[in-house]
Amino acid sequence: MSGGITYLEAIRLAQAKVLADDARVFIYGQDVGSFGGAFKATEHLAKEFPGRVLDSPLSEDAMVGMAIGAAIEGMRPIVEMQFADFSTCGFNQIVNHAGTLFYRTGVSCPLVIRLPSGGTAGGGPFHSQSMEALYAHYPGLVVMTPGTVEDAYSMLIEAVAIDDPVIFCEHKLLYNHLKAEALPSEALPAGQAALARPGRDATVVTYGAMLHEALAAAETLSSDGYEIEVVDLRTIKPIDTDTVLGSVARTGRLLCVSEAWPWGSVCAEVIARVSSEGFGLLDAPPQRLNAKDTPVPYHPDLWSSHRPTAAAVEASLRELLRM
Amino acid sequence: MPVVSGQTPILQEQFIKAFRVMLLARLLEKKLASLYRSGLIRGGVFLGKGQEALSVSVGIHLNKSDIFAPLIRDQAGRLAFGDTVLDTLRTYLGSQLGSMRGRDGNIHRGRPREGYYAMISHLGAMIPAVSGALLARRMRGETGVVGATCVGDGATSTGAFHEGLNAAAVEKLPLVLVIANNQYAYSTPNSRQFACEDLLDKAIGYGVTGHRADGVDLADCLQVVGAAIHDAREGGGPQIVVAKLLRLVGHGEHDDAHYIGSDIKKSALGRDCLALAEARILDEQWASEKEIASWRKDINEEIEATTAKVRKEPTPDPTEEDWCAVSEARLVDNFLS
Repeated sequence: MSGGITYLEAIRLAQAKVLADDARVFIYGQDVGSFGGAFKATEHLAKEFPGRVLDSPLSEDAMVGMAIGAAIEGMRPIVEMQFADFSTCGFNQIVNHAGTLFYRTGVSCPLVIRLPSGGTAGGGPFHSQSMEALYAHYPGLVVMTPGTVEDAYSMLIEAVAIDDPVIFCEHKLLYNHLKAEALPSEALPAGQAALARPGRDATVVTYGAMLHEALAAAETLSSDGYEIEVVDLRTIKPIDTDTVLGSVARTGRLLCVSEAWPWGSVCAEVIARVSSEGFGLLDAPPQRLNAKDTPVPYHPDLWSSHRPTAAAVEASLRELLRM
Repeated sequence: MPVVSGQTPILQEQFIKAFRVMLLARLLEKKLASLYRSGLIRGGVFLGKGQEALSVSVGIHLNKSDIFAPLIRDQAGRLAFGDTVLDTLRTYLGSQLGSMRGRDGNIHRGRPREGYYAMISHLGAMIPAVSGALLARRMRGETGVVGATCVGDGATSTGAFHEGLNAAAVEKLPLVLVIANNQYAYSTPNSRQFACEDLLDKAIGYGVTGHRADGVDLADCLQVVGAAIHDAREGGGPQIVVAKLLRLVGHGEHDDAHYIGSDIKKSALGRDCLALAEARILDEQWASEKEIASWRKDINEEIEATTAKVRKEPTPDPTEEDWCAVSEARLVDNFLS
């Protein structure tokens, strides 16, 4: 890919736009101020928007708790977790406070928590996690997993506009590698999946960085004459079951791919829904490909076998096509 | 940081007003206990008997435009801040017309739009939430706002307490954190809860101002909590108030509190703040026994009439419930469809 705008820059520009457009927006997180964030997703924003990009103490519970109070008072806070993995330290506020507030009190809780998610070579067990299924399990939360530069930009802008708490899982591996020519002028709404590649022989349902592994596998298989359809979920919760079922109706075969752990994963949910609501559409047992059920290993050689890769997706697809 | 005590002179008018709210809270809670024992309240009943003087002192010094996040033993503070007998009974009895509509119960009630936050059960969690609300008010240019929240001795051991108070101190927010050290967190005594000499020592560690109140003495609570709220309002940053007292009931009405020894019950901590306040009123001749009896009668009549009304109200209907946890309908997951 050529062009100038990276996935990370799209996230920074989306934040600059919402800060400029909406006086209710502010950013709160560790090192997000003059330092510009651990990944530079807020670079220059503190200077550009004085008093609205605030360094927090190293306190994930307090960061989310503060955002909840501010949201109740009508603000639109964006919390940056330094790594998705550390959001477990703010887990209670996210799932028990932000996630329950509207149902309990009728008062909505419009905040966005940005989770730099997923593995990178050398990241290791505590800087690599994919937490979308964990948050999707809890009622009251919207969970987004953008897999393209365009979605990183437009979905973050939409996340801020949404009246409910949004867990925004941005993938670190895509930060600097993924580029686009231009920012999008229009976008699919949250909760709608995208057909990333049309096909007829099998469907891959995926999201986030795995989208690109799936697309690469589909490209490889096309040289053998297979046409693989790739569905990018974009939003994990709410999940777009209709688009998934529509694709399975065309192909009859389903492989769900995710970088998260297998147990109770998004893949498990997708397969459960397709089995329950679209059993008759299936010509073969639905399959899934997840990360291995261990902590994410540090060494790049172990890590690259722990996560699904294009080669692994291709192998799973070949197996599915033989069934 | 200096440990300061209140300096505002006690006003007879404020003392009487506070006493009447305490009396209302005590009699209302007595009714709640009775309804619980009759099986008319489902779930728990958690009472604040013995803590009314401290609690009322928080609610009474807050303005309507302030923020208050009470905890489980704050019936008096809630009523002083503007909660009503009607909504209390509606929530406990599960009326569909209550602020929580049967979706949450008992002490987990509030009206966040009115600055009256609805606690979650996880202790200490409301400290950063109130702090964030104060940050928002400040960002919008509102001045003179105070946010108060209450915890017990148990909550001082939580991570949320530490993180919330520290973050509030870093931002120099007008937070008043009132710690009712009622000696037991459920059954766990202070000796198994913390190892510092005095909870007030924590003020130094967080860089906030600490205030000590005598939790059974209404006049002292009014003075000290009033001073703390005043100082926060005037830009003094976070204030903590620590008051020792004794919970005069179980953790909840299911609990006989057998673990509270007779020695501590007979000690100065075990005195009843309501009885002491009543004695003070009589001693000062601010009101006669006859007048207090008439207040009691009026309160009981209000409680009985409201209970009768609420018991006739509809309870939530599961077939009418929308079972929707997000406010934007387009984002409802189609799990059941």
